[in-house]
Amino acid sequence: MNKQILKKITSNQLFIPLMALILLAVINLINDPGFFKVTVGTNNAGNPVLSGYLITILDYGSELAILAIGMTLVTAASGGQDISVGATIAIAGSAMLRILCGGNSRPETIQAPIIVAFLVACIVGMLCGAFNGMLVAIFKIQPMIATLILFTAGRSIAAWINNNELPIVPDPKFAYFGGFIPGIPIPTTVFIVIACIIVIAIVLKLTNLGLYTQAVGINENSSRLNGINPIFIKFLTFVILGLCVAVAALIKVSRLSTINYSVIAKDIEMDAILAVALGGNALSGGKFNMWASILGAYVIQFLTTTLYKFNVQSDALAAYKAVVVILLVIFSAPTVRDYMAKLSKQLPVTRKEAA
Amino acid sequence: MMRKVLSIVMASAMTLGLVACGSTAPASTTTEAPASSGGLIKVGIINNDPNESGYRTANDADLKAKFTKENGYDASFAYSLKNDEQIQYAQTFIQDEVDYLLLSAADTAGWDSVLKDAQAAGIKVILFDRTIDADPSLYEASIVSDMAKEGQTAVDWLAGQNLSEYNVIHIQGVMGSAAQQGRSGALDTKVAAEANWNIVKQQTAEWNAEKAQQIVQSVIDSNTPFNVIYAENDDMAKGAVAALDAAGISHGVGKDVVVMGFDCNKWALEELLNQNWNYDGQCNPFQASYIDDIIKTLESGGTLSQKTIIMDEKGFDATTITQQDVDTYGI
Repeated sequence: MNKQILKKITSNQLFIPLMALILLAVINLINDPGFFKVTVGTNNAGNPVLSGYLITILDYGSELAILAIGMTLVTAASGGQDISVGATIAIAGSAMLRILCGGNSRPETIQAPIIVAFLVACIVGMLCGAFNGMLVAIFKIQPMIATLILFTAGRSIAAWINNNELPIVPDPKFAYFGGFIPGIPIPTTVFIVIACIIVIAIVLKLTNLGLYTQAVGINENSSRLNGINPIFIKFLTFVILGLCVAVAALIKVSRLSTINYSVIAKDIEMDAILAVALGGNALSGGKFNMWASILGAYVIQFLTTTLYKFNVQSDALAAYKAVVVILLVIFSAPTVRDYMAKLSKQLPVTRKEAA
Repeated sequence: MMRKVLSIVMASAMTLGLVACGSTAPASTTTEAPASSGGLIKVGIINNDPNESGYRTANDADLKAKFTKENGYDASFAYSLKNDEQIQYAQTFIQDEVDYLLLSAADTAGWDSVLKDAQAAGIKVILFDRTIDADPSLYEASIVSDMAKEGQTAVDWLAGQNLSEYNVIHIQGVMGSAAQQGRSGALDTKVAAEANWNIVKQQTAEWNAEKAQQIVQSVIDSNTPFNVIYAENDDMAKGAVAALDAAGISHGVGKDVVVMGFDCNKWALEELLNQNWNYDGQCNPFQASYIDDIIKTLESGGTLSQKTIIMDEKGFDATTITQQDVDTYGI
C-alpha cells in the first residue's frame, strides 16, 4: 500500500522539479535562514515594495516561466527546441522601442501608446514564430537547425530595426512592467506570469490544443489518419511561442527602459529548454506537463540566485547548469530507468527472504 | 526531388553570399575611382563592425567625418569583426595602391606578412584603437587607449572622495578583455594596499546590464552594507542603479552610494549632470584627429616624435560636469 503511494508520487512529473526545489531550499535554509526573509521597504520613487531573495526569484524567473509555456508546446509537437528565443526577444523588443520612440533614440515623450507598441511587438514575435514554424512544419527541417537561422541573424535584425541606435524610453510608466506599479508592493512581472498561466490554462481546458499537440508529437502519421493536421499544429505551437517571446520582451525591455541588442536575453534559450527538461518532459516530444515546466523555470532561477549568493562567478553559472543537465539526462536515460525498475522489484524479494 | 532543388538553391545562395562578402564590401564603399583622385590622399580604413558597441559607432562616425574629400582624403572603409576577413580587406587595399592603411585589428596575431606586403608597396600603416603583435618597423604609428590609466584615474578620483570606508561592489566586464584588465587592475591594487578599502562583491557581468542588476540585487538581498559601485562600463552601472532604485537605496552626489561607470555614453553623462551618478571615465573613440595630424606630418616630410601615442582621456565628476562636456564628449 505504502509502496503504491510512493510510486504514484515518484511517477508524477512534478516530482523532479519539486525535489530540486526542496533540495535548493534546504541547502539555503542550512546555509542562511535569512534567505527566506521577505521585508517591506520603499523604493526610490517612494512606493512600498517587497524585497528579499524569494521576491527576486519570483521577479527574475518571470521571463523564463513565460518562455517555458511556449517552449513546452513546441517541444511536445515538434520533438525539437527553438534556440532562437533570445534573438527573437531582441527583435520584438527592438520593434517595441521603435514604435515607442518613433525612430528617434532620445525622444522627449513617447510617440505611441504603450499598448500599441506591445501589440506590434506581439505581431513581430508571432511572425518570427511563424517563420520558424513554416520551416519546421512545411519544409520539415529539424527545429534546432531551422531556428539556428534567427539565432544567428536575429540580433543584427534587431539592431537594423532601430538603425543601430539604442533608444531610451522617457516615460516612467513603461518601467512598471518590469518593476513595480506605485502602491502595489509585489513585482508587476508576477502578475504578468499569473495572467499568462490563466490564459494557457483556459486554452488547454477549453480547446483540444493539448491533446492534439501530444498526438502529433507521439505519432504524426496516426494523428493525421485521425483527422488532425500535424503541419498546422506544429506551426501553431511556434506562433504561440512567438507570442510568449513578445511578452518576455516587454518585461526585459521594461526593466531598464532600453535595449542592448548583443546582450539582451543572452543564453535564455538554453535556460528555457532546461526548464522543459527539468519539468520531466521528454525532449523528443509527445506527452507534456505544462505546470512542471513552469515550476522548472523557477527552479532554474532559484539555482541562479543561490549561485549568485554563494559568490559563484557569473561566467561559471553555465557550468553548474550543465551539471543539472547531466543529472537529468542520466536519470531519464532508458538504461538507467530499466536498472532502477529492476532494483525496486528486487527490493521486496530480498526483504521477504530476510523475514 | 524537392530536396535536390532546395539543396541546389541553398548552395548557389551560399556561393553568391561568399562572392558578395569577398569582393564587394571594400569596393562598394569606395567613394571615387583611383584615376580621378587627383591631389587627394588615398586611405584604406579597416575597422571593427560599427554595430559592436556605442564606442565603435562613435569611432566610425568620427573617422567618417574626418576623412572626407573636403579635408583632402579619398577614403575607403571596410568592416569586419573577423581577423581573416580584415586581412583580406588589407590585401585588397594594397592592390588598390592606397597611400595609407589605417587598421583597428580584430585580433593581435597574424598581421606580419600582409604588413610586409604593404611596406614593399610603399604603403604606410597606422594602427588605431588596438595594437597588434608585429614588428614595430612594420607600422608608422599606433594610437591607443591606456586602459590601466583609465582605471587609475578613476581609482584616484574615488580615493579623493575621502570616504571613511570604501565598501565596493566591483562589476567587471568580459574577463580577459583589455578594458576589464586595465580597469580592474587599478582597483585591485588599491584594495590590497588600503585597510579601509573592501571588496563586498567582485563579479563579472560581461558588459551586460541585466546581469549587473542581478548581481547588485543579490548583495542587497544579503543585507551586506556597501557604499561604492565600480562598474566597468555604463551599461552595467545602469543595471546596478536599477537594482538600487528598486530597493530604495539613494545614489549620486551626497547620497548613500557612489556610482561609477566608464565609456562616457551621452545618456550616462546626463545621469552625471542630474547628479544621479558620481563619476564616468572616458574611453576615447575620437582618434581621427590624431591620425590626421600624423598623416599631415608624414606628408610634409616630417618625422614623428613617438611611435605609440596614448590618447588624452578624461574622467568626469558629477559636481563639475557641464552641459558642454555632455555635448562634446558624450558618445
